[in-house]
Amino acid sequence: MTNQKNGEKKFAWAKKDLLGLEYLSKEEIEFILYTAEGFKEVTTRQIKKVPALRGKTVMNLFYEPSTRTRTSFELAAKRLSADVINISTESSSVRKGETLIDTGKNIEALKIDVIVVRHNCSGAPNILARAVRSSIVNAGDGWHEHPTQALLDMFTLKSKLGKIDGLNVSIIGDIAHSRVCRSNIWGLTKLGAKVTVCAPKILIPDGIEKMGVRITNDLDDALKGADAINVLRMQLERDLGDAFPSRLEYFKQYGITSERLEKCKKDIVVMHPGPINRGIEMSSEVADGPNSVILEQVTNGIAVRMAVLYLVTHAKREAA
Amino acid sequence: MKYIIKNARVIDPPQKLDGILDVAISDGKISDIGKSLNPAGHETIDAKGRIVSPGLVDMHAHLREPGREDKETVDTGTRAAIVGGFTSITAMPNTEPAMDDPETIRLLKEIIIRDAKVNVSIVGAITHGRAGKKLTDFKSLKEEGVIAVSDDGSSVDDPALMLKALEEAKSQSLVLIDHSEDTALSSCGVINKGFIATKMGLRGIPKESEYMRVKRDLGLAKKASAKIHIAHVSCKESVDLIRKAKKAGIGVSAETCPHYISLTEECCATYDTNTKMNPPLRTGEDVDAIKEGLRDGTIDAIATDHAPHTDSEKDVEFDFAPFGIIGLETALSIAVMELIDKKILTWNELIAKMSWNPANILGLDKGSLRKGAMADLVIIDPDKEYLYSKDKIESKSKNTPFLNWRLKAKVTHVFVSGNCVMKEGSILA
Repeated sequence: MTNQKNGEKKFAWAKKDLLGLEYLSKEEIEFILYTAEGFKEVTTRQIKKVPALRGKTVMNLFYEPSTRTRTSFELAAKRLSADVINISTESSSVRKGETLIDTGKNIEALKIDVIVVRHNCSGAPNILARAVRSSIVNAGDGWHEHPTQALLDMFTLKSKLGKIDGLNVSIIGDIAHSRVCRSNIWGLTKLGAKVTVCAPKILIPDGIEKMGVRITNDLDDALKGADAINVLRMQLERDLGDAFPSRLEYFKQYGITSERLEKCKKDIVVMHPGPINRGIEMSSEVADGPNSVILEQVTNGIAVRMAVLYLVTHAKREAA
Repeated sequence: MKYIIKNARVIDPPQKLDGILDVAISDGKISDIGKSLNPAGHETIDAKGRIVSPGLVDMHAHLREPGREDKETVDTGTRAAIVGGFTSITAMPNTEPAMDDPETIRLLKEIIIRDAKVNVSIVGAITHGRAGKKLTDFKSLKEEGVIAVSDDGSSVDDPALMLKALEEAKSQSLVLIDHSEDTALSSCGVINKGFIATKMGLRGIPKESEYMRVKRDLGLAKKASAKIHIAHVSCKESVDLIRKAKKAGIGVSAETCPHYISLTEECCATYDTNTKMNPPLRTGEDVDAIKEGLRDGTIDAIATDHAPHTDSEKDVEFDFAPFGIIGLETALSIAVMELIDKKILTWNELIAKMSWNPANILGLDKGSLRKGAMADLVIIDPDKEYLYSKDKIESKSKNTPFLNWRLKAKVTHVFVSGNCVMKEGSILA
C-alpha cells in the first residue's frame, strides 16, 4: 500500500473512522504522521488556514469535560476551513435521556461530516461508528484509547529523535486507568519502539504484557536506558482506594525529579499529556526543564488532528 | 389426533435407546415404539434421516412476565421454546414482582394456563424481592407448585441465610438453584477480567467471583445435606470444584449454557453488547474445561439462561447495557455444533443433558419416550443448515451473539402432550 519515492508517500486512506491505534496498521500510523508534517507547516504560517475541509462540518461531541483536547480539535478543524460545532453533555438532550445512538443519528441527520467524540465509557466511539455514516474520531473513551494524543506524542518524539523504531520508551504512572497509555503502547510497538510500563503494582492492569510491553514497578529501572519517557497524569479526582500510597509517597517513589533525570540519557525526551500535577508525577523543574517537550506536544496536537480530520473526511469508502 | 412417526433415528437416554424405529402417538401419549408399526387411523410423518428425541427441557429461562412484557411474555417465550425444541421450560423468579409469594405465583400460573404453548414450571424466589434479606415461605410456594427455589440474578450474600435456605429447601424437598456470584469480587465488572478487559478499558469480573461462591455454597449444601444446583457454570475452577464435590458425595448438580462452550471473551472485543452476560464469557481454557466437565458427567445439564432484553436497552454503551442474551432458539444447534460435531458427546449423551437430566434434577416427569409417557417429543433434522437472521427470531427480544451465524441442526416438528405445535418448521400453536 505504501509507495515511497523521493520521500513522497502514496497511500489510499480507507478508514472512515479513527477509533484507536489498535485498529491501525504500521503503514496507516506512519501515513498519519507523514500527513501531519505537511499540516505542521501550515500552522507556522502567518495565515494559518487552508481550504482542505471547506464546506465540511465537524462536531465536537463531548460527554466528559475537556478543554485542551476540544480546543485542539476545534483549532485543527478551523485551520482546515471546516465549520465547527461544539456540544457538551451539559447543554445537550443527552441530559434528557437520549441514547448515544439516537444522538449520533440526529447528528448524522444534520449532515455532519465528522463527529469528534469524547466519552467516559470505553468503546462508545466504536458503538457510534457502527450506527452512523459520519466519520467518528475518538477524542478519548474511558480507559480505552486516546489515539490522537498518542499520535501527537509519536509525532513529537519523531521530530525530536528522528525516528521511533528501536527507541526505548517508558510510560510511567496510572497505567490501569489510562487511555493515553493504551494508545501509546499500540502505536509505539507497531512502529518498532521497545515500551516499558512503570507503576505501583495496583496500577498495572491484568495481562498488559500481552500488548507487547515490559512491566516494572521500579522507576529507576524504567528510566535506565530510556530514550523517552511519557509521564501520565495521576488522576487525583479518581478514588484509587486505600491500597494507593499517599501523594507524597507516590512522588517519592515515582515522581520525576532533576536528580533522577541526571542519571538518565542526557537528551532523554520528557513528555506529559497534561494537565500536569506539579509535585506529584513530576517536579516543576522537570516540567519546565530542557528535556521537557510538553508544550511542543500541545502545538503538534493541532497538526496531527488536522491530518486525522483530513484523512477520515477523504477516506475512500468501500461500497459506500 | 394420532400420529405415527416412521423411519426416524429414535434416541431416548433413559431407555438407552438409539435406533431406527417408529413412534406412535395417540391420546396425548406415546402409545407404541417399535419396528415397522402401522397402526390404523394415524397421520404418518416420514422422518427418515431425522432424529426423534424427548422434547427438550430447559431448566433456566427468563420469561419476564409479569412486569417486563416489553422484553418477553409467556406467549412469545414459549413460541421461542418451540422453535428450539423445548417442550418444558422453567421460568426464573426475577420477574416484577418477584415470585416470592403464593399470590404472585398464582398470577403467573393463570398467565401460563392462558398463553403458554409448552409446559412451563415456576421457580420461586429464595428471599423476598430477591433482596437476600428474608427467606420466603418455601412451604407455601411449594404448595402453589414451584419446582425449585432460586434468587437467580443475585446471590444470597449472607452465608447464615444461605445455610438456612438450604436447610429449608431440604425439608421441603426442593432443589436450590444457585446463582454463584460474590458481587464484591465482581466489583462492577462488565466482562471477564484479563487481557481483553485491559485492552478494551473495561472493568473485569474475575473468575474468583464465581468459583469462590461455588466453593462456599458447596460447603453449606454439604452441611445442610441439601440438593444444590449450580447455575450457568462459566469457568474451569467451578468445574473442578463441582467434580470434587460430586466425588465427595455432596448432592450437587450443575448446568452450563451454549455460549460458555462456543464463545470466549475475545468475542467482546467489538463492544457488541450482545456478548455481555453474567457470568461473562471467559477464556478458551475455560471453554475446554467446561466441555470436559460435560464429557465426564460433572456438568449434568445444558440450560439456556434465555435472558431477553429490548434493542433500546442493549443499543447503548457497553457499560450501560444489561447482562444477558436470548438462547432458547439456538441452544440445540450450538450444542450440536460444539459437542456432537467435535465428538465431545454422543447424541444420546447430549439429549440426556437437554431433557432427561434437567427433568430429573427438577423432579419433573419429563424427558423420556417410554411407552405410556406424555407425548412431548421433537423431530430434529441433524444436518439441516440455516442462517439465524433477525427476522426469524420468535422471541420478543433479539439480543443474541449468534445473529447471522450459519447454524446446523434444526427442529422440524414439536409435539406437546401429543399435540403437534410445530410441523415442518412452522409453528401451529
